[in-house]
Amino acid sequence: MSSRSAQRKSRPPVEPFLWLGFTSGGVLAALFAPILLFLFGIAFPLGWIDPPDREHLLAVVSNPVAVVVMFVVLSLGLLHAAHRFRYTLYDGLRMQHLNELIAMLCYGGAVLGSVASAYVLLTMA
Amino acid sequence: MSDRPAYTEFHPRWYRRPISTWWWLGKRTYLLFILRELSSLSVAWFVVFMLLLVRAVGQGDAEYQRFLDRVDHPLVVLLNLVALAFVTFHMVTWFNLTPQAMVIRAGGRRVRPSWIMVSQYVAWLIVSAFVVWLLVGA
Repeated sequence: MSSRSAQRKSRPPVEPFLWLGFTSGGVLAALFAPILLFLFGIAFPLGWIDPPDREHLLAVVSNPVAVVVMFVVLSLGLLHAAHRFRYTLYDGLRMQHLNELIAMLCYGGAVLGSVASAYVLLTMA
Repeated sequence: MSDRPAYTEFHPRWYRRPISTWWWLGKRTYLLFILRELSSLSVAWFVVFMLLLVRAVGQGDAEYQRFLDRVDHPLVVLLNLVALAFVTFHMVTWFNLTPQAMVIRAGGRRVRPSWIMVSQYVAWLIVSAFVVWLLVGA
């Protein structure tokens, strides 16, 4: 607690925004991840449903609305995962002494992943 | 033994019981907590998986076919099965927890927690049905 209040004095508060990103990313992951993982990870490979052909998929994912939605879902999903994994290491594996490094790696990974998402989505078509 | 105990002006250090790294293995609820937190890895995999898919779709028929072939591999199916179990766990715990974290008021009265919970599952069903329709139904 003492380090957190000291932090509040010296730096602008980023923590509330991290929690905001964590919750919105959590909702989006809960809404989108199960069905997409089921379709592309289980149902298509096991032949339960025929996978869509490439032209159809390309038409779907290159739609500007879909690009924006996918970017929001993917980048906030990454932020959600980063934030949660940070606290998994922090509380679960009791790595409090590595707090700064863990936070940097987790959020840094989420930022890099978001940049990669933007690149993939924008250079796709 | 000295006749006078040594006093210090510094604040005493509190006794803290050392906690094992594996504290969450002892109790079922703790284990479920850590498993729920580990669902974050599956969410991260979901993002990577979707990016691989979109990239393959953008690169042409051959790349898309190669993606489908790779996804066919038993180990990848197993990985996706585990990931699906974890994101479903995340979904259920997330939806069940939301009414406790969020109080919604409508017309001066508090919206019943069960309504908030149910509305999320309805939203999930709508999103899932829409995704299926968009990808394989249309």
